[in-house]
Amino acid sequence: MTPILDIQNLRKWFPVGGNLFGRNRRQVKALDGVSFSVRPGEILSVVGESGSGKTTLGRTVLRLTEPTDGAIRFEGQDITHLSRRALRPMRRRMQLVFQDPFASLNPRMTVERIVATPLIIQGGFSRAERRERVAEMLRLVGLQPHHAERHPHELSGGQRQRVGIARALIMNPSFLVADEPVSALDVSIQAQVVNLLLELKEKLGLTILFIAHDLAVVGHISDRIAVMYLGRIVEIAETAALFRTPRHPYTEALFSAAPVPDPTLRRGRILLEGDIPSPLNPPSGCAFRTRCRFAEAACAQEVPPLREVAPGHLAACRRGDIALQGVLES
Amino acid sequence: MSSTTESLPFTPEEAAPPRNTAWRRFRRHRLAMLGAAVIAVLVLGSVLGPFVIPYDETYIDILHRFAPPFAGPHVLGTDELGRDMLARLMMGGRISLAVAFTAMAISMVIGISVGAIAGYYGGVVGAALMRLVDAVLCFPTIFLLLALAALVQPGLGSITLLIAATAWMEVARIVEGQIRALRERDFAVAAEVLGASDRYIVFRELVPNAIAPIVVSATLNVAKAILLESYVSFLGYGIQPPVASWGNMLNNAQIYLTSAPWLAVMPGLFITLAVTSFNFLGDGLRDALDPRMDQP
Repeated sequence: MTPILDIQNLRKWFPVGGNLFGRNRRQVKALDGVSFSVRPGEILSVVGESGSGKTTLGRTVLRLTEPTDGAIRFEGQDITHLSRRALRPMRRRMQLVFQDPFASLNPRMTVERIVATPLIIQGGFSRAERRERVAEMLRLVGLQPHHAERHPHELSGGQRQRVGIARALIMNPSFLVADEPVSALDVSIQAQVVNLLLELKEKLGLTILFIAHDLAVVGHISDRIAVMYLGRIVEIAETAALFRTPRHPYTEALFSAAPVPDPTLRRGRILLEGDIPSPLNPPSGCAFRTRCRFAEAACAQEVPPLREVAPGHLAACRRGDIALQGVLES
Repeated sequence: MSSTTESLPFTPEEAAPPRNTAWRRFRRHRLAMLGAAVIAVLVLGSVLGPFVIPYDETYIDILHRFAPPFAGPHVLGTDELGRDMLARLMMGGRISLAVAFTAMAISMVIGISVGAIAGYYGGVVGAALMRLVDAVLCFPTIFLLLALAALVQPGLGSITLLIAATAWMEVARIVEGQIRALRERDFAVAAEVLGASDRYIVFRELVPNAIAPIVVSATLNVAKAILLESYVSFLGYGIQPPVASWGNMLNNAQIYLTSAPWLAVMPGLFITLAVTSFNFLGDGLRDALDPRMDQP
């Protein structure tokens, strides 16, 4: 099956500091050689702690920033260096749901105007058509018709996020980047919004790149999971395989930090020491070695490539000999 | 479907829409309400007044020269040629207010455009534009205005443009700061991911969110423009007689200051009234539209 999105060796470096003439300028390597592809109809989750480059990844594949290096192919077309004008027709096919439902809706517009924005920008719809499609979309995301006249500040967080989803889906895209769409919501509302996304995915045949740090949500919805650390993917596998047999020490540590809803379950907690290193000056070799309990001298030598450790299961750890503890998925 | 539909009743955190609270706060500001009322009277009087009173502002009543106010047929007296003061004040008001409002509108267009471009694009373009703003701001307004006025043919259009040219910088600064902050917000990114052009993002998404400080500065700009027009006309570079403006009426009145003081007092009073009213209105709008002032 041809992938809907294919990324090869994607890099995004942000220059920081330096004087007027660019001397002493350094690069923050937010993305440093990321490759993966997304299959049509799947939910691929990207997890990692703050600063691992998840959000930059989401925004770069949507071409909100110009990649420093690498290639992005969307539905077979190379969009790596397309101009904004050339990207406009592509925008119908790829959309974004934001993390913060407070900041992502224009406070001066009504819900109807916000959801109609894509139709106005893309053009070609009469006023009546727009009204009709907005009403249809609001119903689809579980909002009432009277919400159309409200302003964002009159809605709850969950309702706002529904508006954001309606705006992203009104052009009927095939691919959606969901950038931590529920992490700003109350826990009680999170499940509703996640279920709404799943329901809409089935109904509209969406493919979703789901960016998150909540492993419970990720385990619930994903077909596959990619784990990021300091701008690189360290492990990518089917959800069940990743939870049962993680092959990278960072994945193991990340999972061990996730709460399990079973108080009788005793398991070893792997505590990572220190913070994530600065992406300005990442460690040599394997970036995780400074916090890894299995690290040895050779880990500092060169960056371990992602290699296939089992069918469809890739990990970037040069030690294939270590036994890692998974999470029991019942 | 029931699992995904929030069954919570509609309970907004901020019940009242912002416009109503702003209006309530504005109404509590007595001076601003008074200012708005005075402005309304001045505008209505200037626009409709000349149709109501029996004298034309250029009609020379040679028998009633220097008639004092509140005595005889001329309610506010007459000037050295016997022209009716009330008629001249009304026509002068038309000119002064029209110049002020037009200059404000032009300065707003320039200021918003420069500020929006500088704030949205930032970088070299933004820095260059804002340093230009700083450079123009360095000149004292009056000197800049008089220097320019001495170079061009005085007239209604030229004086309006000159005033606008000296009043757009502060708007540009305000808008630049607002746009720079707003462009980082997610709703601007959302418009971009939907394929919006820069022009759409700036003028449809961002500028409406900066409308409060823009309105306030527009109001204060009207006051400033009235004052500037009066200065320049008083010094003889602005509106030329026989066309009346509050400023050149003052200029005319100088030589008769001791013998016919009402010739100076009346236009002076109107200038003061208009300028203070617009300033009070601006203050009231600032308080009403600024959410940080939201106290019971």
